Amino acid sequence: MVTSNGTLTADAGAGRITTGPSGRKPRRRLSRRNIIVYGTLIVVALYYLLPLYVMIMTSLKGMPEIRVGNIFAPPLEITFEPWVKAWAEACTGLNCDGLSRGFWNSVRITVPSTIISIAVASVNGYALANWRFKGADLFFTILIVGAFIPYQVMIYPIVIVLREMGVYGTLTGLVIVHTIFGMPILTLLFRNYFAGLPEELFKAARVDGAGFWTIYFKIMLPMSLPIFVVAMILQVTGIWNDFLFGVVFTRPEYYPMTVQLNNIVNSVQGVKEYNVNMAATILTGAVPLVVYFVSGRLFVRGIAAGAVKG
Amino acid sequence: MTALTRGSARPNQWLRNLNAKIASIPMILTAVVIFLGGTMWTVVYSFTSSKLLPRLSFVGLDQYERLWAAPRWIISIQNLAVYGFFSLIFSLVIGFVLAALMDQKIRFENTFRTIMLYPFALSFIVTGLVWQWLLNPQYGIQSIVRSLGWTSFSFDPLYDADIVIYGILIAALWQGTGLVMCLMLAGLRGIDEDIWKAARVDGIPMWKTYVLIIIPMMRGVFITTLVIIASGIVKVYDLVVAQTSGGPGIASEVPAKYVYDYMFLAQNLGQGFAASTMMLVTVAIIIVPWAYLEFGGGRKRG
Repeated sequence: MVTSNGTLTADAGAGRITTGPSGRKPRRRLSRRNIIVYGTLIVVALYYLLPLYVMIMTSLKGMPEIRVGNIFAPPLEITFEPWVKAWAEACTGLNCDGLSRGFWNSVRITVPSTIISIAVASVNGYALANWRFKGADLFFTILIVGAFIPYQVMIYPIVIVLREMGVYGTLTGLVIVHTIFGMPILTLLFRNYFAGLPEELFKAARVDGAGFWTIYFKIMLPMSLPIFVVAMILQVTGIWNDFLFGVVFTRPEYYPMTVQLNNIVNSVQGVKEYNVNMAATILTGAVPLVVYFVSGRLFVRGIAAGAVKG
Repeated sequence: MTALTRGSARPNQWLRNLNAKIASIPMILTAVVIFLGGTMWTVVYSFTSSKLLPRLSFVGLDQYERLWAAPRWIISIQNLAVYGFFSLIFSLVIGFVLAALMDQKIRFENTFRTIMLYPFALSFIVTGLVWQWLLNPQYGIQSIVRSLGWTSFSFDPLYDADIVIYGILIAALWQGTGLVMCLMLAGLRGIDEDIWKAARVDGIPMWKTYVLIIIPMMRGVFITTLVIIASGIVKVYDLVVAQTSGGPGIASEVPAKYVYDYMFLAQNLGQGFAASTMMLVTVAIIIVPWAYLEFGGGRKRG
């Protein structure tokens, strides 16, 4: 109560500087409203946190404890064995070396896909923003509209193209696919960013005789670190979380982590080991979660800019 | 900007801005070959009798007739309609209410926002598996409530064909509302403080200010959010695969899964192409009005 009153007076004081006549609402009602606001938010927050809590608790229990207890109870005896099993021993179809294989596949997919798609899209966005040529806007419009087309419509033609190129089923093929589907949103992101930079910079460089690439590397790149970070967050989380492309365009030995996870959990044979499943789920979610928690505000910017993808 | 090279003695149009054109080759290829070409390719082959391999043997509307006669497709469409309707309404309402609460100059705003948004960072597969576990009738929410004494309590959406789609909806909302909240919050923050002050001076109650003034002012944000949610709805696939694999039976099938299964598992490409063309049509129905609203019908494309 005391603290909420403290907040209120502070707010009212801050408001008075700019408002002049403040609203006619009595303070007491505002305070009751505050309880409702915080109460609702806390209940909502608990709802959002519940699955994470249950995941962690389940992954630390042994199977006998899971069978008798409820999923919300904390483990009586903490065991890390499910984690070890999920990482190194769980069976995914053909092989039984756990998620470790999928993890490294995902790394080998995500790193080059992120770098290549950002490199390509940033140069594209730069060309579109500063070196407009006839017809460029048409291609750009097709690209942006294309981002809304369900992937299912384009999957099979891409299979054929990749097969013709001889990279169907390989990691290279998947990297190409991620680069293609990252292009609309990333190009838009970079185009808007570069278009927002002061034009005088560009003109001055032109007068000094700098060309296309010189301006890009010497002027544009150093000025656009924030947008590169946003693009990186967007791509890393997006590509890591992908399932459809992973399952369509790769062979089982190259399956990314998400596909392996689904195979482990939804395999029909054998006893369901819920603790191993939950440990595997946390392991798969760990990378995007770390990116999310570390990048904080930038993540919000990233999804606001790129929410169209996915 | 483009006029800078005009002084040179080269009249050749193609060589102007050559570097920019070279730099745009990946974009042009993607736009023309994959997005335009790929889409047209699929539409054309949806009129053929392709089975294991794509073949140009036209059969008219046969694939579409078979598609709409297939119970599995009908169920897919019904599921998508139910899922889409509720997911649009709940996302918008919950997202907006949460954003309005977050906009009350509260403390720990960052903490609350972080908690509401973290599911969005997760893969649909992860989300689906977590909720599969929570909704497990033997160990999950149902067993908890029963152990509290209410032994007849029944809540097993993933195992009940009639309500399985709502089980998927719960997981989808858990993952997606945080994003809607963020977009709405950005919209609310973009509204001029003076509007609020004027409404307060006039003695208009808060809820009325929201409904009559703020929401109409946020039209743009609502449209953007709507398009984002809607294009996500049409694509829903991973979540269903992870949570139910389309079951029980075929009760939770969705169009995206129909397409995948026919193209890659049933080796019936024609059906897959026809189904994916129907998805394309659905998206076009969503996108065209949006483009019209956004660009005022002033452009040929968009």
